[in-house]
Amino acid sequence: MAGGRMQLELSRVVQGRSRLGVLKGLGRTGQHSLEVPGCLLYTHFGTVPHLTQDTLHTLRNLPSVTQVTLSNIAEHQEVLEEFKDGFRKFAGLHDTVLYCSLHDPAALCPTGYTTNKTVSVWGSGGRIELTVAKFMALQKTVQPDWYQSMADGETWQNSTSRKRVRKSVDRTLAHLDECLLVHQKSQELDGVEVFGVVEGGDILEERVRSARETAKRPVAGFCLDGLQTGSMDQRLRTQLITAVNKELPEDKPRLLQGIGRPDEVLACVEAGVDLFESFFPFQVTERGCALCFSFDISLDPERAVLEQSEEKDAAGDIKQNGDLNHDDQTQMTSFEINLKDKRYQDDFKPLVEGCGCYCCKNHQRAYLHHLLVTNELLAGVLLMIHNTSHYQGFFSALREALAEDKLDLLKTRVLRAGAQQTERDEQDG
Amino acid sequence: MAAAIECGAAPNTSENNMSVKKALSVASPLTLRIVAECPVTKARVCDLILPHCTVNTPVFMPVGTQGTLKGITVHQLEALGCQICLGNTYHLGMRPGPDLIEKANGLHGFMNWKRNLLTDSGGFQMVSLVELSEVTEEGVKFKSPYDGKEILLSPEKSISIQNSLGSDIMMQLDDVVSSTVTGPRVEEAMHRSIRWLDRCIVANKNPHKQNLFAIIQGGLNSELRKACLDEMTKRDVPGFAIGGLSGGEEKDDFWRMVTLSTDHLPREKPRYLMGVGYAVDLVVCVALGCDMFDCVFPTRTARFGSALVPWGSLQVKQKQYAKDFQPIDPDCQCPTCKRHSRAYLHALFKSDTAAMHHITIHNISYQLTLMRSVRQSIMEGRFPEFIQAFMKRMFPSRDQYPSWAVDALASVNITLQ
Repeated sequence: MAGGRMQLELSRVVQGRSRLGVLKGLGRTGQHSLEVPGCLLYTHFGTVPHLTQDTLHTLRNLPSVTQVTLSNIAEHQEVLEEFKDGFRKFAGLHDTVLYCSLHDPAALCPTGYTTNKTVSVWGSGGRIELTVAKFMALQKTVQPDWYQSMADGETWQNSTSRKRVRKSVDRTLAHLDECLLVHQKSQELDGVEVFGVVEGGDILEERVRSARETAKRPVAGFCLDGLQTGSMDQRLRTQLITAVNKELPEDKPRLLQGIGRPDEVLACVEAGVDLFESFFPFQVTERGCALCFSFDISLDPERAVLEQSEEKDAAGDIKQNGDLNHDDQTQMTSFEINLKDKRYQDDFKPLVEGCGCYCCKNHQRAYLHHLLVTNELLAGVLLMIHNTSHYQGFFSALREALAEDKLDLLKTRVLRAGAQQTERDEQDG
Repeated sequence: MAAAIECGAAPNTSENNMSVKKALSVASPLTLRIVAECPVTKARVCDLILPHCTVNTPVFMPVGTQGTLKGITVHQLEALGCQICLGNTYHLGMRPGPDLIEKANGLHGFMNWKRNLLTDSGGFQMVSLVELSEVTEEGVKFKSPYDGKEILLSPEKSISIQNSLGSDIMMQLDDVVSSTVTGPRVEEAMHRSIRWLDRCIVANKNPHKQNLFAIIQGGLNSELRKACLDEMTKRDVPGFAIGGLSGGEEKDDFWRMVTLSTDHLPREKPRYLMGVGYAVDLVVCVALGCDMFDCVFPTRTARFGSALVPWGSLQVKQKQYAKDFQPIDPDCQCPTCKRHSRAYLHALFKSDTAAMHHITIHNISYQLTLMRSVRQSIMEGRFPEFIQAFMKRMFPSRDQYPSWAVDALASVNITLQ
């Protein structure tokens, strides 16, 4: 396989599963690295949603890997082919590693269009059908540093039959083999890394089969797909991921697609996942909310209790009706505050006390509330900055907790807000 | 050549200068220093010293109606060199309301803008939202589009809101009539605007911190305009705006009213032409003696993908730019043009709102840069040459120059070649 330099250096493996380390050798010159567990920088066509360079660079701790998706890019194939110099240059992205995924994790696709030889993505003008040939032509035009191979992951619906799941595994393996064939023959993709995609729906045997088979191929790492439905119990998800990871080589990274909620991230890290997509801050932004959950485990227990009850009061009045609709990823979580709520109208505190982001250093909740109520574009800009910063802070804290063997403490801290909210819901019934 | 004149300069001892400056700053939160005057046209370059910082004129003021400039942060705005921008009393008076903004340390505190703010009185909404309003001597009755409640915007109420907003320049509430209206309503509005000006002056709680500008009305009728000018210039206000224009009137009438107004406005006070923002209009009206301008056009049109350039505008969303790998304007130094191509922006419009922000930044940069170039050329005594070059760049040929612009410039000794 045309030599990529991606290498996973693990510094700790906690309790046989949670991994801490660095993914090195990224990019064409191999000089970039990404700490693990970590997340990729989610973009729309190379742009972090709402942000231009100036606003983006108010953020200090950005991931070194930028994610773009074929669902955004496919419709622009002709333009990119004429441009010739690859997507990174086209988008004015300078020093970053480019990862190309198939789908946009924040946008659920319609189902029923996948065939044995094709998958579909949805651009602004409608559906675009991809054969492996077209998929690979796109990769040659985009010229990413790393991409996932073409995959059939349409198994996340509740009603997916066993037969359908098996097909998704078979097809995905076939696509992978075809992709690799083309890849090995393409000079343009010299030095570019490929990730194989593990499918299998919610069927353990299929998951194991997919993992075993994919691991036999010369890929640099693995995407875990088809686990992103809200209707999948985290216990099942953990079970499936654990089983999958058992079949995968320890020294290659595992990227979990479509999972971003903090509680789920923690559970999946415990199951051995290394990388995530960072679309969750974007979803929070789109519903006019700000991430506020605490991940600070340095607080002393007494202060922690005080803060918990403050958060509880704050979260308490936000009505969430009866059963949480887990399928709806657009629904507000307990990790955020809804700034449209009237209570923030005259709240002159920053979004999160002590948060060093541009939004919290310069603006107050009352102003954000006003921007949201008046439908002003700046709301999206400021919230995206804050939510991205907060999320990155969470991953940083996660790595630190793993380093210091304090993951349980972090879990308690992060999950307590969620637990209290669920309690409230059960009370309100 | 350029003549440097300090407004209200006392005899030349440094002590005197100091005490005059001190007296001026206590008495008035506005000082106009005329830095240069064009010997050919009526253009001037001034430094307008306001409470938050100095504003270099001629100046284009971007409009941030609801306490924000459409997707741009205050730091980005500052970085573009903006020294003053607008907020709107009608909108902010409704949401979030003056009390809340006062609690937030005024509009400056609320939006975290450290430079100058100018607030419009809410008068223009009378025209733009005419379905929802009714004018009486008392004030303007609005029906709120948000909750159906009736609000009375009187001169006192408008000034009270603006006092709470804490803007550096406040506009009087004027009785605004669309420039396409004729007949007795125009005269009624002109006289009422004078009475309302007096009420506004009385109502201003912060004359030492906030400057109240009068707004000259009179429609497109020279006599009415002149009458208004005569009356309003008797009032001791720190500045004057030329209002009631930039509606849908004929440009031929427009420029005549502008130049009539500047002829009769005091030299040593700033002249603010409201609602003007197209590049050609700006250049011509600077030549006619105006110092300050505002307009929603550059920021509004940006959101539709329209980028302003020295040769007109460029509709980035059009197919022809899909494969155009140049920046919007290869000579432009704004953050957008330094990094992105037309093709990228064209494609980005299909994926993310940031596309709008890129164009907004470019358009504001274009406007501010235009004004800076105008200012520089006046200071260097080459404004007439600048105008010639500007027009040449903007229009494909001489016979495409708008005739009103040709006439207007001719009236100030510029014969377009």
